[in-house]
Amino acid sequence: MQSGTSLKERAEKAIEKSAMYGEDYDLNEFEVAAKEVPQTEDLEDLDDEFKQTLLNVGVLTDDKERSGSFLMVDNAVSHSSLKDPNIELMSLHEAMEKHDWLKDYSWKLVAVDADKYTAKSYLENANGYFIRAPAGQKSSMPVQTCLVMGHKDIAQTVHNILIVEEDAKLDVITGCTTKKGVERAMHLGISEIYVKKGGVLNFTMIHNWADDVSVRPRTVIHLEEGASFVNNYILLKPVRSIQSYPTAILDGEGAFARFHTIAVAHPGSELDLGSRVLFNAPNTKAELISRTITTGGKVIARGEMVANKPHCKGHLECHGLVLKDGGTQLAIPVLEANVADVELTHEAAVGRIAREQVEYLMARGLSEEDAVGMIVRGFLDVGITGLPEELAKDIDDTIAQIGKEAV
Amino acid sequence: MLEIKDLTVEIGGRIILNKVNLKVEQGSTTVLFGPNGAGKSALLMTLMGFSGYDIVGGQILFKGEDITHLSVNERAERGLGIMTQRPPNLTGVKLKDLVQVINNDHSLDTEAASKKLDMERFMDRDVNVGFSGGEIKRSELLQLSAQNPCLYLLDEPESGVDLVSIEKIGTTIDEMLSSRSKCSVDHRKRGNSALIITHTGQVLDYVEPDVGYILCNGTVMCRGNPREMLKEIKAQGYQECIECKVGHL
Repeated sequence: MQSGTSLKERAEKAIEKSAMYGEDYDLNEFEVAAKEVPQTEDLEDLDDEFKQTLLNVGVLTDDKERSGSFLMVDNAVSHSSLKDPNIELMSLHEAMEKHDWLKDYSWKLVAVDADKYTAKSYLENANGYFIRAPAGQKSSMPVQTCLVMGHKDIAQTVHNILIVEEDAKLDVITGCTTKKGVERAMHLGISEIYVKKGGVLNFTMIHNWADDVSVRPRTVIHLEEGASFVNNYILLKPVRSIQSYPTAILDGEGAFARFHTIAVAHPGSELDLGSRVLFNAPNTKAELISRTITTGGKVIARGEMVANKPHCKGHLECHGLVLKDGGTQLAIPVLEANVADVELTHEAAVGRIAREQVEYLMARGLSEEDAVGMIVRGFLDVGITGLPEELAKDIDDTIAQIGKEAV
Repeated sequence: MLEIKDLTVEIGGRIILNKVNLKVEQGSTTVLFGPNGAGKSALLMTLMGFSGYDIVGGQILFKGEDITHLSVNERAERGLGIMTQRPPNLTGVKLKDLVQVINNDHSLDTEAASKKLDMERFMDRDVNVGFSGGEIKRSELLQLSAQNPCLYLLDEPESGVDLVSIEKIGTTIDEMLSSRSKCSVDHRKRGNSALIITHTGQVLDYVEPDVGYILCNGTVMCRGNPREMLKEIKAQGYQECIECKVGHL
């Protein structure tokens, strides 16, 4: 850990600091997760139940279609394998030892004293994944990473660093989940992502938690000139509380960021999901698209765009469906222009599915349940591609269930 | 096939249809004329069971069964199919997927059907989103041909459509009406039944009508020969028809 004392002091001071948003947790109520876990030689060796758990967050145990796989259980790495020799994939701790320069990337985008969750992660010397696509490398298949909480009442602390060097292209699928039977736990995840000049990163994150799990990711993405970042976030299953507000900093001319958020709030779930873009260079562009559904839980869909340089263009779209009474949709779009020549727009709509749409499909012979299911599926379809078939089926089943419950 | 008896319908507490009586025989193409605001579209929407059209009196019988209070999909299952004037946008629902779901018995060669209606390019598009007038009609016809109903309820199939599309739409409707009927109750008669609303009568260049009705102020004024009715309406407007010079009840 670099510049030790000052960061440590700052973290220690912030260990009680509440986050700006979301339910406040006492981290002392959770046991810090184990830092040693059994090693998994081959993901295929995992038992069927565990394999299914991974599959449900898009992580394939048969890694034929992946250029690398990384599995973290509790606070330790259980598996790391690489098929594409042109990419680097290893634990962050290992990477910090290997690359002296990496300290210049660690805790640079996310502040250790942002809140108690960042402070805790720093003080626990959180491990996580390190992925780097060297300059000009274009990996044909995605790297997959999986963060699993294996025991109840634990706090998992994760710190990831992802670097896409100049003109490199990388796809990453990250699944975060709990082992079956782990009903209550806390996940803290720090991600610092760097996309350099002309680099492209497609980042898909699938969350699948349990009823009483709370999640506090802290993510910042830094983009240089002409860099492109697409973030897909999918959460369709019950959870207690998620509060996440990833920020993309468009720091080079022509940089582009897009955030897709697809989430369902079940009864008892509180989802405080936002995305923020800072347009700090001219001719930068961004799109924030959020499609959320409540079947009884609470959704807060935040979005913020801050234009600080001319010729920026951004669009923010928050659409929320309320399928049942008892659910709440709160859309909070924020647009801030600090120079004249910018174009920021937003579109927000919350409410129920239009009766007219349901009946249109019923007039074609679909049952009300199937009609709602089809509309919900369409609503959530923002064109995320590359998900494994098994996951697509799980998503379909979940949506069908939502359709059933909504009628 | 269809019998409407003394049907009275309210929208938001206001009477829109008042004691409407109308029959569509098996295999018959029945045409509904009437000025704007007469309640023609409301009648079709009510027959399909859409919400907002409150039936406060009368009955709808379909193949002898009272369907007055059935849900929309129950009516569709029994063989009613509708083409409305302004179908809703279904964001994210691909036309291809919808047609496939409707065509659950695989009786339609969807590829050939979409090609014939010049809708191939639209199969991967969201249903009705950004479709032109003619594209909406062709999409509706494609869905209807997958649905294969016994009674077609068509609300102004020619409106908002260019001349080339009208021909395609008109001939397709004619083919659909004269094709195999899965629900014939009278084996001597061939083809499907239809209740078609038309303003201009253009669709009648392609479809041979059997019976005409004129609806005015929410009630049926006349029943008669549809071609004569159309001639009279074109010459005199609706005033003459309201006085029922060309038809009788």
